[in-house]
Amino acid sequence: MRFEDFHMIDRIVALDLSGRSIRSVGLVPEAKSSTILQGHFPGYPLMPGALLLESMAQTAGWLLIALNGFTAMPFMAGAKDAKFRSAVLPGEAIEFEGRVIHEGSGYAVGEGKGRRDGKVVCNAQIIFTIMPFPSDAFRDALRARGERLELPVKELAR
Amino acid sequence: MSTATFDKVADIIAETCDIPRDNIKPESHAINDLEIDSLDFLDIAFAIDKTFGIKLPLEQWTQEVNDGKATTDHYFVLNNLSDQIDKLIAAKGA
Repeated sequence: MRFEDFHMIDRIVALDLSGRSIRSVGLVPEAKSSTILQGHFPGYPLMPGALLLESMAQTAGWLLIALNGFTAMPFMAGAKDAKFRSAVLPGEAIEFEGRVIHEGSGYAVGEGKGRRDGKVVCNAQIIFTIMPFPSDAFRDALRARGERLELPVKELAR
Repeated sequence: MSTATFDKVADIIAETCDIPRDNIKPESHAINDLEIDSLDFLDIAFAIDKTFGIKLPLEQWTQEVNDGKATTDHYFVLNNLSDQIDKLIAAKGA
C-alpha cells in the first residue's frame, strides 16, 4: 500500500468473473514511511478506517472494471454498514475480498471484506455510480495500474 | 397503473428516504415534489430492482431526458414510474 498515492492494494490474487468476486492483498506500510500513519495517531499508528473502506472499494471497483472490460469507471457513491472490527497496524498484510451483489443501470452495489490471518477486520456494503471514463488518458492510466496489480488487462479489455 | 406496484414503490421510498408514507402519492414527482436526489434515487433503484427482479433502465431514461425525447414526469411521477415497472415485469415474463 502507498497511502499517499491512494494505492490501497498491492496485487489482485484472484478474479472470478462468473462468480462476481475478487481478492486482493495489501501490506500496511511502516509508520516511518507514511505521514498519514504518523498523524493517525502520533506514537500510536493505526490504519484509518476510512482507508480500509477505500481499500474495499478499490477491490470491488477493480472487479466492476474487469466485468465491464475497462469501458467505464465505478466511483464510490455511498457506503452502508461499514464496520472496522479490530485495529490494523503498520506492517500487517490484509486480504480484501470484493463481491458484486447487484449490477444496475449506471450503478452497482458491492460488498467488501478485509481479513488478517483469515479473521474479518472490516466489512461494508458499497454503492458505485458507473460513469464513462473522463478521458482516454484516464483509461490508459487505469489499464497500466491494472497491469501492475497483475490483472489480465489485455484479456479483459474490450 | 397497478396499485400493488405503486404501494410497494411508495413503501420503498418511505423507508429509504425517511419520508412519511402518507406524503407519497401516485401523482407525486420523486424529484420535484419529494425532493429525492440522485444519490438517494440509487438506493431506491436498488430496492426496486431487487423487489421486482428487474433492472430499471436509468441510463436510457437519463439519455432520453437529456435529448429532449422525454420529460422527467414520464419516469419520475410515481404512477408513471409504477407503469414503467409493470412494463418491465411484463417484458421479463414474455
